[in-house]
Amino acid sequence: MHRRHFLITAAALLALPAQAQSQADWDNVLQQARGQTVYWHAWGGDPKINDFITFVGEQAEARHGVTVAHVKLASTADAVARVLSERNAGTVAGGAVDLIWINGENFAAMKDQGLLFGPFAENLPNWPLVDVAGKPAVVTDFTLPTMGYESPWAMAQLVFEYDSTRLAEPPRSLAALKDWILANPGRFTYPQPPDYLGTTFLKQVAYGTLSDPSVMQLPLDEATYEATVAPLWAWLDAVTPALWRSGAAYPQNEPALGQLLADAEVDIGFALNPGRASAEIAAGTLAETVRTFTFDSGTIGNASFVAIPFNATHQAGAQVIANLLLDPEIQARAQDPNVIGFQTVLDLSSLSDADRARFDALELGLATLSPEDLGPALLEPHASWMVRIGQDWVERYGVAQ
Amino acid sequence: MTGTLQLNGLRITTGSRLVVNLTRQVAPGDVLTIMGPSGSGKSTALAAMMGTLAPAFRAEGQILLAGRDITTLPPHKRGVGLLFQDDVLFPHLSVGDNLAFALPPSVKGRAARRAAIDAALDQADLSGFAPRDPATLSGGQRARVALMRTLLARPCALLLDEPFSRLDASLRVQIRNFVVSRIRTEGLPAILVTHDAEDAHAAGGHVVTPLGEAVTL
Amino acid sequence: MITGGLLRWAPRLTLALLILPVAAGLLGTLIPAFANDANGFHALLDWPGLRPAALLSLTTGVSATAMSLAITLVLVASLWGTRFFGLIQHVLAPLLSVPHAAAALGLAFLIAPSGWIVRLLSPWATGWEQPPDLLILNDPYGLSLTLGLVTKEVPFLFLMALAALPQTDGARRMNVAQSLGAGRIAAFVISVLPSLYRQLRLPVYAVLAYSMTAVEMAMILGPTRPNTLSAQVVIWMADPTLRFQATAAAGAVLQLGLVVLALAGWRGLERLARRGMVSLARAGLRAHALDAIARSLAIGAGTVTAGALGLGLAGLATWSVAGLWSFPAALPDTLTLTTWARAAPDLARTGALTLGIAVTATTLSLALVLACLEAEHRYALSPDARSLWVLYLPLLVPQVAFLPGLQFAALRSGIEGHWLAVAAAHLVFVLPYVFLSLAPSWRAWDTRLSVAGLSLGATPARVFWRLRLPVLLRPVLTAAAVGMAVSVGQYLPTLLIGGGRVETVTTEAVALSSGGNRRLIGTYALLQMLLPAAGFALALLVPAWLFRNRRGMAVTA
Repeated sequence: MHRRHFLITAAALLALPAQAQSQADWDNVLQQARGQTVYWHAWGGDPKINDFITFVGEQAEARHGVTVAHVKLASTADAVARVLSERNAGTVAGGAVDLIWINGENFAAMKDQGLLFGPFAENLPNWPLVDVAGKPAVVTDFTLPTMGYESPWAMAQLVFEYDSTRLAEPPRSLAALKDWILANPGRFTYPQPPDYLGTTFLKQVAYGTLSDPSVMQLPLDEATYEATVAPLWAWLDAVTPALWRSGAAYPQNEPALGQLLADAEVDIGFALNPGRASAEIAAGTLAETVRTFTFDSGTIGNASFVAIPFNATHQAGAQVIANLLLDPEIQARAQDPNVIGFQTVLDLSSLSDADRARFDALELGLATLSPEDLGPALLEPHASWMVRIGQDWVERYGVAQ
Repeated sequence: MTGTLQLNGLRITTGSRLVVNLTRQVAPGDVLTIMGPSGSGKSTALAAMMGTLAPAFRAEGQILLAGRDITTLPPHKRGVGLLFQDDVLFPHLSVGDNLAFALPPSVKGRAARRAAIDAALDQADLSGFAPRDPATLSGGQRARVALMRTLLARPCALLLDEPFSRLDASLRVQIRNFVVSRIRTEGLPAILVTHDAEDAHAAGGHVVTPLGEAVTL
Repeated sequence: MITGGLLRWAPRLTLALLILPVAAGLLGTLIPAFANDANGFHALLDWPGLRPAALLSLTTGVSATAMSLAITLVLVASLWGTRFFGLIQHVLAPLLSVPHAAAALGLAFLIAPSGWIVRLLSPWATGWEQPPDLLILNDPYGLSLTLGLVTKEVPFLFLMALAALPQTDGARRMNVAQSLGAGRIAAFVISVLPSLYRQLRLPVYAVLAYSMTAVEMAMILGPTRPNTLSAQVVIWMADPTLRFQATAAAGAVLQLGLVVLALAGWRGLERLARRGMVSLARAGLRAHALDAIARSLAIGAGTVTAGALGLGLAGLATWSVAGLWSFPAALPDTLTLTTWARAAPDLARTGALTLGIAVTATTLSLALVLACLEAEHRYALSPDARSLWVLYLPLLVPQVAFLPGLQFAALRSGIEGHWLAVAAAHLVFVLPYVFLSLAPSWRAWDTRLSVAGLSLGATPARVFWRLRLPVLLRPVLTAAAVGMAVSVGQYLPTLLIGGGRVETVTTEAVALSSGGNRRLIGTYALLQMLLPAAGFALALLVPAWLFRNRRGMAVTA
């Protein structure tokens, strides 16, 4: 099975990368998948995303006879830990996890330890619709080539959120943000690293402070690391006393930060989803006066993926779900600010007119920036930076002095 | 069915202390009264006959009932009925169900069981009391239900554990007479435990201490 | 079911069911901690947060226990026998069934700078148009965590004290002491406290062990820079790379050591306190002045404890139907059932699974406990102090110390992730509570009823089914409701033995708590409370209805 997949993929890569596997092979997958229940381990902290996963499950049931069971995680790491402990206990087949919402260091860790099934992504029938050229992040996860071991389903970019009634002119650069924080003590914070969004913010600070941010595209070099990141810590040292709670406590993750914004405990929040604010306004949980902004020099962008563990019980069903997530109808629904407002991974020009119309019909939403206003998406640094900066943060700020 | 209750050298000790020492025969329809102050071993003697002696006590000797050795039988196989100081009616059951609990399974059929219960209630002047909540009965009524319940189980002997001590004076005479007359009619050997001389006198039989010494009233 | 041969073995079987999982789990934790030259301990020592985290475990645990015990004793000492006492009893008893996670979530919303208390006072009293920048939740000293623990442990200790009081002959002793001229408090301290505390000792130890190692409460209310040791151990266990498994195991061993240390220290304090009380008695303590102070203290502490929990839960209920609710509005701008409607399918599914697990674990526990108690009665067994310790074993050994090992065993045997395995793990925690809840009433049974039944020719089995069980239906159902509540509230065993696939309302509520979505949290927390509450309501109503015409079965309080 693995071997055959490998050969097919290798051949596909050599010949025509965009060409999916033969219809017969896919029919075979569909047939195996029918009647399976796919245990999709995905972070469950946001009801809008949970609803979307439920919707995908309904579609999978109706279209392919595949049932989706959403295993709601407090952290993606839980699912990774599970697969690893299964392997350590000798469970090489019949594992509990069929599909994981994943990216970045979790993907790197699983791939590194050989815990992933694949390559499979580029064999999916919907793969040719993916905008590989325009959105290189769909095949490069934190500088790591995905090699078909995970399939993208949403684009994300860091955007800041603020209430326009409380803040007239938001700071549009890292330097302006620092000045604003110092002038308005207690009104800004970030999720506590090693939280994903919190560490993303640290990387954003690194982009604005490092003398040459491009070094982060390579694995970090121990010899020069301390000197390279010194400006990052200097920036944080300067603002920390003026943070929310004077930096003595931090929100735990993105929704917790969002709640602080909704409660007016902070004036500026941020999310890795340009549509989050609009979606929250639509859901009635954020004031209609909330708007978003990015830095003129750009903010970090990346893609969300799904991956299949090597020992997944329902690998066929999991591939069907991965493919379904690339379906234009599903992608358009995800981008709807009234649903979750995730940006599509598809190349709109490759879609049929009918499918493109689905995207054209979407309204941006009150707070969502147009693609032009969103500004450049900065590449994610190599995963080693995220891990190390997260650890060092814990040492510097994670323990009360 | 009825026969003599025999205590053959029933000796009960706790540690090195002798608390009961009885050798007696009680004929059908007779009442043996065991009298003594509290803590003198009266209840211990009853527990031994009932089969519910606490492990701290050591008993020797034999208890025979109608020629049958019941010394080591479990309580429910002895055929020994017991009346307590209080009525000890089952609080969750109606008066009728309390009586039905005692009725042996050999009485078969709903109608027959019903008839047996009604007859027992009639004998106790409690006709129509079957559906009543025992907690709504007067003390005298409850005492009579308790006696009828004990008799319905068709015991071969009856043990009375100060059954009249909680009743007020007028009721006491009435219930005592009722119980003693039922014992005579049913022809049951009975043992009465009491510290009240009047009870002992009314019972009419021999009176002894737990250690077997005769008591003169 | 209740047959002689099997019945005789019930106590031993039950003790084994409690000892074996704990022992196997501990072994499964100790081995990885000391494996590979104990490199887990080296990693643990390198963690910069170790000292403060360990210290936090001690300070929050010991202070929460001391405060809970003090409040309980002051409540009993100054209000026992008064009208207030009955009132407090009725308010605190249902709070016992509130799961720790729900209590913590409710409290978090109540005391947060953007929470209900501040909202009610703002802006008219405080002048705050924005939430103040105050570090209340997740404070570095663990004060919020301590408060949260106290609100949950006071109801527990209070009810344990209630159960123990009748066995102390306290009312008579208090009367004697007071007639000799002692004040109420002095009389209590001198005449009742020593024998009451002897009965409360194990519950207090359980509270100490729990408070030092609480995971879900610490994750919601506790400090984050660093976390408490137990919360950090769970975080390490969940690390994707599994690089921290050995560190987690070493942390668990250290946590176990800290608990043992704290218990030893507590025993030392007990000795000092006893000596102090003896000298107080010799000095002829009267202290009438204390009574009024203690009385207001008791009423105040009781109100704060019950109020914090009650208001917090009311806040969660409000959030579950809130539309936009901006600061400083005391009530939502709009009300909506959207959250409930959206969550309904998930709530129904997780609720049904939660109930299924709880019913299974409780039914098994109840059967075992009844078998033990019946064996104790029929064979005149007298349970020794050691069996009581075994009963408390799963409550004294920290969950983080033995559940990871147990998870590994479950994984190996392939039963992990099945809801029946979760129910079996719950049994270990449900059984002690069912036993503790039922044993006093069962043992207080008027044995004359049994003897009366036997003398009427009924077999011991018939006496059990037809007399003892129905007459004791109320305490039996109450014990079952306690068991259900304990099962519903279990977080760590469900998470670990369920492998993340067995989702109960509690694991969902805790998972959601990281997201801060108060509306959705509100629905789960409410359901988390409603399930046990429904159990207690049934335990009250079913016997009341069955015995509506039996005055002798009425509650005699």
